[in-house]
Amino acid sequence: MVNVLEIIGIDSYIYLSVILFCIGVFGILYRRNAIIMFMCIEIMLNSANMLLVAFSTYHQDASGQVFVFFTMAVAAAEVAVGLAILVAIFRNIGSIDIDNLKNLKG
Amino acid sequence: MDTNIILLLLLIPLLGSLATLFFGKKLGNASGVIATLAVFISFVVSVISFFQVQSTGTPIQVDLFNWIALENFNISFGFLLDQLSILWLLFVTGIGTLIHLYSTSYMKGDENYAKFFSYLNLFIFFMIVLVTGSNLLMMFIGWEGVGLCSYLLIGFWHKNQSYNDAAKKAFIMNRIGDLGFLIGVFILAFLFQTLDYMTIKEALMQGTNHQINMWLGWATLALFIGAAGKSAQIPLYTWLPDAMAGPTPVSALIHAATMVTAGIFMITRLNFVFDLTPWVQDIIAVVGALTALFAATIGLVQNDIKKVLAYSTVSQLGLMFMALGFGAYEIAVFHVITHAFFKACLFLGSGSIIHAMGGEQDMRKMGGLRKFMSVTYITFLLATLAISGIPPLAGFFSKDEILMVAFHENKILWFLAAIASVMTAFYMFRLLYLTFFKDFRGTQEQKNHLHESPSAMTIPLIVLAILSVIGGAISLPGASWLNNYLQPIIVNNAASNPHILGTSEYILMALAILGALIGIGLAYSKYIKKNTVPPIDSEISGFHKVLYNKYYVDEIYMKLIVKPIYALGTFFRDYVELVLSEIVFGLGKIADTLSLQGKKAQNGNIGLYLFAFVFGICFLLYYLFIAR
Repeated sequence: MVNVLEIIGIDSYIYLSVILFCIGVFGILYRRNAIIMFMCIEIMLNSANMLLVAFSTYHQDASGQVFVFFTMAVAAAEVAVGLAILVAIFRNIGSIDIDNLKNLKG
Repeated sequence: MDTNIILLLLLIPLLGSLATLFFGKKLGNASGVIATLAVFISFVVSVISFFQVQSTGTPIQVDLFNWIALENFNISFGFLLDQLSILWLLFVTGIGTLIHLYSTSYMKGDENYAKFFSYLNLFIFFMIVLVTGSNLLMMFIGWEGVGLCSYLLIGFWHKNQSYNDAAKKAFIMNRIGDLGFLIGVFILAFLFQTLDYMTIKEALMQGTNHQINMWLGWATLALFIGAAGKSAQIPLYTWLPDAMAGPTPVSALIHAATMVTAGIFMITRLNFVFDLTPWVQDIIAVVGALTALFAATIGLVQNDIKKVLAYSTVSQLGLMFMALGFGAYEIAVFHVITHAFFKACLFLGSGSIIHAMGGEQDMRKMGGLRKFMSVTYITFLLATLAISGIPPLAGFFSKDEILMVAFHENKILWFLAAIASVMTAFYMFRLLYLTFFKDFRGTQEQKNHLHESPSAMTIPLIVLAILSVIGGAISLPGASWLNNYLQPIIVNNAASNPHILGTSEYILMALAILGALIGIGLAYSKYIKKNTVPPIDSEISGFHKVLYNKYYVDEIYMKLIVKPIYALGTFFRDYVELVLSEIVFGLGKIADTLSLQGKKAQNGNIGLYLFAFVFGICFLLYYLFIAR
């Protein structure tokens, strides 16, 4: 079996996931559309997942990959709940712009 | 078997109390019967345990469980039935049964009939705990419990505010004494690492050192203050006359026969400690003699029939304390028992009179009751003769022994006590003449209402009168059953150094009888020959007025203690509380201002939250991985 890390080095994976993570963070900070913010969160989660898989291969240890499955499952659940909340919000105020969600202020 | 005896003894009155408390409305008049039966069962069990201890000669000791367990300090939830506690049990439950029976008739028609019996049973329960506990902490449970029941029963007719005040007064006065009791207990616990009577006794038997002796004095003094509170001695006696606000059976049971003798029980129980502290014993003797005389002088001029009896009780308790002070414990116990008989009889008799008079307690409005209430009259007469010290009634023997001891120990105190005895004879016969002799001085309406009380009330009177007559037999001079009986309890007992009945003793006896006759004669000449009726309140003058107002002791206490405490309270409320509340409110205001500022950060702008969140994470990462 060919080790993928011999073709593309581990550092490339790290750079990619850092770039993805930063895209996610800046997306969260700059965009106001709740669905796009959700997508940014998913990007961050997946960047972390990729790093986990990469290191799992690097250490020849499957537990990292198992952990990724759990992350995916949790992310799926989170998306289901989050989207449901967004639908409910949209029905109430007719918008999913987070600048309009100020009812919770103290 | 032993455990069963203890549990029966304790739980039956407690169950009676709970049953009448919770199901009183449904039970109606049956609650009185249940309560009476509960106490009667306790009495039967007491008799059984009496014979068991008599036949085996060893006390019944039961430790139910280990109550407080520290490293080298253990207090067990234990009970001790020895000669002393059984003696107390017998007369507490015996007289208790009679008074319960009496109350079934006396309290009939009262709206809180069942509650009354619930309290009475609870009192019996706590009294049993008090006398049977095997250590001082168990005694303290009972000590506080009987105080509570006393409070509840004095204020039983709580719709009258002055009765409530009397109840509060009794409770607070007792609290002062209880503090003394607790301090004494703490000192003993500190000295002996235990509160068990037997262990303390053994420890003291092995000898003491100088330091322990010094502390023991303070312990016994503090315990005596406790006893003075509960048993109404100077300076804590003023609650007892006011306690007459309670129903008359309560006065008879709690404030004459049983609870007020708890102080004497405690000192007798710890006689081996008190024996080691002669200077405290001297204080006890002096306080007792002064109380006896002081209360007797007040009793001379009171017009309320129950007030006379109350001051008489204080005076008699004073005599008992004097005996305790002289180390004559068994004589004090003897007087406790005879006093319980005749004073309970007197109180119940006065209750019978009040019952017939429709609630009137002023002797100036009585008179001539002999014709209407023959049973009450005869029993009252016998009890009066007994308390005056006429042989061969019970009171003669016990009082005479006290006086005899006093004569040997201290002539001045003997003289004071002898004067008090003469006064006792005078005011008791004054009471008898004013209520039962001459013409009736009340209204026509009251006269038509006069009647002998029902048999539930007269039977206890008759039994108690018989006991007042023959009660002296338990400790006849020269051949005392009681002294032998109490020998295991009292270390320095009279049986080991008996009095020889010499000429001086017989002269003393004759003197005592003569004194009683003088008192009776004075009362006879004043109230029968001259037919004097005590003047109405506004015509009282001179020293008579000082006596009638009880030496203004209540007023002095009011001025010296109550008023300053109120003033202090007002001062604290007006000034100190102001400062404290400013500090507390100030702290609140600071928090309030800060939170108002902090609230602004929570402005609902999710973008800002997210920015703060990311910034925070970055800062943490920087701090954890780069800055360090």
